[in-house]
Amino acid sequence: MNDSGLVLDARKITKAYGDHVVLNEVSLQVSTGEVVCIIGPSGAGKSTFLRTLNHLEKPDSGEVWVDGEPMGFRLRDGKLYELSERKVSAQRAKTAMVFQHFNLFPHLTVLDNVMEGPVRVQRRPAATVRAEALEVLARVGLSEKARAYPGQLSGGQRQRVAIARAVAMKPLFLLFDEPTSALDPELVGEVLTVMSDLAAQGMTMLVVTHEIQFAREVADRVVFMADAGIVEQGPVEQVLVAPQEARTRQFLKRVLE
Amino acid sequence: MTQDLLPQVRLRHWGRWISGVLIVLVLLALSWGAAHGDISYRDIPYYLWSPIILKGLVGTIVLAVVAQGVAIVIGILIALMRISHNPVARVFAGAYTWLFRGLPVLLQILLWYNLALIYPRLTLGVPFTDLKVLDVETNAVMTTFVAAFLGLALNESAYMAEIVRAGLKSVDKGQIEAAQSIGETPAQRLRRIVLPQAMRVIIPPTGNDFINMLKGTAMASVIGYVELIRAANNISSFNLQVMETLIAAAIWYMVIVTVASVGQYYLERGFDRQDRRTGPASLRRRIALNLGRPPMVRSPQ
Repeated sequence: MNDSGLVLDARKITKAYGDHVVLNEVSLQVSTGEVVCIIGPSGAGKSTFLRTLNHLEKPDSGEVWVDGEPMGFRLRDGKLYELSERKVSAQRAKTAMVFQHFNLFPHLTVLDNVMEGPVRVQRRPAATVRAEALEVLARVGLSEKARAYPGQLSGGQRQRVAIARAVAMKPLFLLFDEPTSALDPELVGEVLTVMSDLAAQGMTMLVVTHEIQFAREVADRVVFMADAGIVEQGPVEQVLVAPQEARTRQFLKRVLE
Repeated sequence: MTQDLLPQVRLRHWGRWISGVLIVLVLLALSWGAAHGDISYRDIPYYLWSPIILKGLVGTIVLAVVAQGVAIVIGILIALMRISHNPVARVFAGAYTWLFRGLPVLLQILLWYNLALIYPRLTLGVPFTDLKVLDVETNAVMTTFVAAFLGLALNESAYMAEIVRAGLKSVDKGQIEAAQSIGETPAQRLRRIVLPQAMRVIIPPTGNDFINMLKGTAMASVIGYVELIRAANNISSFNLQVMETLIAAAIWYMVIVTVASVGQYYLERGFDRQDRRTGPASLRRRIALNLGRPPMVRSPQ
């Protein structure tokens, strides 16, 4: 951990696809233990921003500092030298992500999905990892599914496995990209419960979500994004209860009705 | 209150009986014709197990397995080049496929076999020095096996490249992103996540290609490599039992093709294990199921 207490420092992230600017100099700082919910209308650039944080999406300009290290680069003599994809992979291993469509590995059992990163990437001993993985699966309530394949699980169960897979990496922070958007309504609750538990246990989390109620209950800070930038951010009472910006009020009014 | 249902009379499929009988009659006529040809069937078992035919059998299997194996490795490399970010590699892979898929295999075998006509010696040296790593006579290297192997393997590798490429493309992009998100390197993603899933798409056409390869080795007979057909011809050139020896070869072809098909079936099942719940039943079970099912099901009385 670096001195500032910041685990993540995104500076002026810009990304465009052709003429279409998706992110316009977006900056965000996250401290250890913080739970940050990113809300906003679709097309605001929320998911793209989240994906630049672990360089699944390379920003056109701007810097992402993870634990005092520039993501995708090496700092030398005051310059940033771009790293090969292999080296970037090692940086990514300090983070973890949960996807909208789960993206579990269908050819591996639930247990092997969870063990894949710690064993193959972090090269930790399989026996230790197995014990940890079973423990993490117990935390998401899926101990009895360890030997099942993802194809045999419901959507909610799959997403809980995906969360277990991310947690098993012991990441500095967890990125959630609309984790409940692809779920049937009755399955949303079980996933949000697991996420609330993680937040309560002090996990640093960035959550792109449409679940305003979840943000209200769990977030330390809410970030409202629209039109490729951050419009407003602050504690729940400010952004969700008494938003300062008209754009935020407009959005919340539409969503909550 | 119970309701009495009326008895139902199911449709009788008379047409199936008639067409079935017709097919059997045609088969009987053909068998009668085959039995009365000028051929000595009793000699076929002898040829089946004759050392010359067995040597040809080994020649066929070895050539097919080696050529297919090398073709799979080259095919994976060419497919990876085809989807790489390097434009030179992409163009090279495209040109490779275009060339080796475009030429007839027989022509390729003949070209390799006659390589000595344009390059009498094969030399591999360090540039700008007199150092030679390799310097041999072409004809000493280009045996019938090597020429046939090169012709078959390079042609097949072009097809394998397309099969592998289709397999790689079939894997969802989210799989690669998930592998990235847990920090896997590009090599790990390919080996651990993409290839195992692509295999389900790659194996069925590869099995077909291998069966074609088993039969394609027959073309090596043209340059004198001893496989089944060459072996059959070697015998019949002495005793003129052309059909008897060729039928012996045909039986061996059917045997190895059948073995390859069954092997393919189980290989496919192995890579389908994540679908175990919905996946196909074992071969034995499926045959049993189909035998147990009467061809015309009538409702019980």
